[in-house]
Amino acid sequence: MPKHLISSADLDRGEVEAILETASSMHDVQRREVKKLPTLRGRTIINFFFEDSTRTRSSFEIAGKWMSADTINLSAKGSSTSKGESLRDSVQTINAMAVDALIIRHNQSGACHQVAGWVDASVINAGDGTHEHPTQALLDAYTLRSRIGDLDGKHVVIVGDLTHSRVFRSNVITLKTLGARVTVVAPPTLMPAGIGSWSAADGFATSWDLDEVLEGDDVPDAVMMLRVQRERMSGGFFPTPREYTVGYGLTRPRLNALLARNPRALVMHPGPMNRGLEISADAAESDASIVLDQVSSGLAVRMAVLYHLLAGEEVAS
Amino acid sequence: MRDLLITGAKIADGEPADVLIRDGAIAEIGAIESADGIERLDADGLVLLPGFVDLHTHLREPGREDAETIASGSAAAAAGGFTAVLAMANTTPVTDTAEAAELVYDRGRAIGLVDVFPVGAVTKGLAGEELAELGLMARSRARVRLFSDDGTCVQDARVMRRALEYLKPFDGVISQHAQDVSLAGGSACCHEGEISGRLGLPGWPGAAESVIVARDVQLARHTGSRVHVAHVSTAESVEIIRWAKAQGIAVTAEATPHHLALGTKLVTGYDPVFKVNPPLRPSEDQEALRAALADGTIDAVATDHAPHARHDKEHAFEAAAFGMLGLETAFAVVHDLMVRSGRMPLADLVERMTVAPARIAGLAEHGRPIAVGGPGNLVLVDPERRVTVDAAASNSLSRNNPWHGMSFTGAVHATILRGRVTALDGKVHDQ
Repeated sequence: MPKHLISSADLDRGEVEAILETASSMHDVQRREVKKLPTLRGRTIINFFFEDSTRTRSSFEIAGKWMSADTINLSAKGSSTSKGESLRDSVQTINAMAVDALIIRHNQSGACHQVAGWVDASVINAGDGTHEHPTQALLDAYTLRSRIGDLDGKHVVIVGDLTHSRVFRSNVITLKTLGARVTVVAPPTLMPAGIGSWSAADGFATSWDLDEVLEGDDVPDAVMMLRVQRERMSGGFFPTPREYTVGYGLTRPRLNALLARNPRALVMHPGPMNRGLEISADAAESDASIVLDQVSSGLAVRMAVLYHLLAGEEVAS
Repeated sequence: MRDLLITGAKIADGEPADVLIRDGAIAEIGAIESADGIERLDADGLVLLPGFVDLHTHLREPGREDAETIASGSAAAAAGGFTAVLAMANTTPVTDTAEAAELVYDRGRAIGLVDVFPVGAVTKGLAGEELAELGLMARSRARVRLFSDDGTCVQDARVMRRALEYLKPFDGVISQHAQDVSLAGGSACCHEGEISGRLGLPGWPGAAESVIVARDVQLARHTGSRVHVAHVSTAESVEIIRWAKAQGIAVTAEATPHHLALGTKLVTGYDPVFKVNPPLRPSEDQEALRAALADGTIDAVATDHAPHARHDKEHAFEAAAFGMLGLETAFAVVHDLMVRSGRMPLADLVERMTVAPARIAGLAEHGRPIAVGGPGNLVLVDPERRVTVDAAASNSLSRNNPWHGMSFTGAVHATILRGRVTALDGKVHDQ
């Protein structure tokens, strides 16, 4: 296992599978009456969040606590250029306290990468700007596997604001690592720069047309809808929310069309959802939806990540 | 002032000769007998060139003396073979008055390591709205001819037009930092392409530069005034400049050593040392810049030396300050990349690093041919010596050096300002 988890690309297939296996046992722990494991007793974990988060932070915090680590939450507003404390100073202060892991969320891309170069602790990326969110990709893979088994050869479609999505960037890596085929769908204005050469190099497909993908020869096994941030709606990326929904929303008719071709197709969303915009209430509530499973998997997967990165291989075996 | 005798230096393509500098000017060239009271500089195997001129330097004083001062920046310039630098106006306060310009000019003279010529702001406070006191700066002791809002671009076409018209009586020139902020705003920090997409960094598309270059070329044609394009970074800008020159439009351009030599891939580790504005571009752009420098479409090399305190660089990439050091390494990088590789002869490097920049900035005492009666502003270089850059050894107060650890063939041996040796092998000789 790598020391840090900064990018989904830090994990090879064997490592991803080991984490997901462990997550499965951790999931069983979650169902026990007494949930505490002694695994990380005496270890100190700091959740250092430079950006607001409720779900990711609480799930990392509970994961650490259930494994008997001492966990502390710290919040800091993202630093601004030339003013106040530098990022390096912020994290080195923490590092001086001899912590074992720093779980970092930051509103700017690459922050975790930089921090890993400055501290002795293991750094786990809990979301950095519009770059990556590797534990989200692991929990998405875990949730998918628990429904449809091995992802080898499965077709996953990711739809929405790809440009600003760290969920997309991590998922496309982890899904490919596990052998899935990936198609990403967005209007041209929400496709990241260089997606043409990028998708060719990394072996995934791109499309501007959701219906064509849903009705294509390669029937999707799962459709992951990404959140459209409110601030993008006035950013000129698309004319109106209504037009976005017509082009790229998972509406009732689209869900029906998908299920007609593959009754076992799954609907995912990393949350929080904009119901009525990128996903209809029907789709979110349907039997195909595994949105709530994604949330409950988060805890088990984060326990597994802490276990493998901090407890080391000797405990894992 | 003591006389200086430089012995055995190669001058241009000629045979080695001795050069005597007296009262700041070249008094004699040939085989010269040494005499008592004359300082000697042994130049066997070295090449004597006119001292380099940098059209684009940030000295940070007044305002950010923790990052650089006129003294430390002058030292870095002297160590790099420069005898004149144009100090950009984006200080605090901004150089937008005659008094502010004279302060920088006088301090440079008092330090005496390099002639510091202040660049005047085009608009008050670099705000892009009202013209700064262009005429008063031009009439001041500093005799400002080069104006720039560098750090930011004159966005408003009408303001740009008026400034270009107003400069005509004193043959001023505007050095434009070409960046359309509606296409590349303040957060844009990585060349827009596959790398920015993968890294999740706000993209800075090449078109944000070339649309301004295209507009300014048309304004130069319309007004008949001179436009200089600062730190050209894209192949598209090069094409527009090449076209404009063919039309006889008065446009000149500069490229930095880092845009010539360093590519976008360097930012994949999110190291803010490689964050610069405009951003490092892909190899196609680098190749276009090299070709344009070789064929003269790009007139000058300029460093955009941009020192920053460590704490201003150690933020997340998007929040870290833009800019990198360049004065001490410019000759080595350009010599290795352009001359040693066979892309252009040493004579063209002299043209791009001193003759053309002095002409663009209107400096009479720099970039002159080495001849009797000419100014004693010279540099001795060793084209064969290999140098490895050590950021810690810099004369600059800052350490944001992207060249650290890299090796180049070509070294500055000595810099001479009006007959006085200002730097020898990187060590500065204070007055």
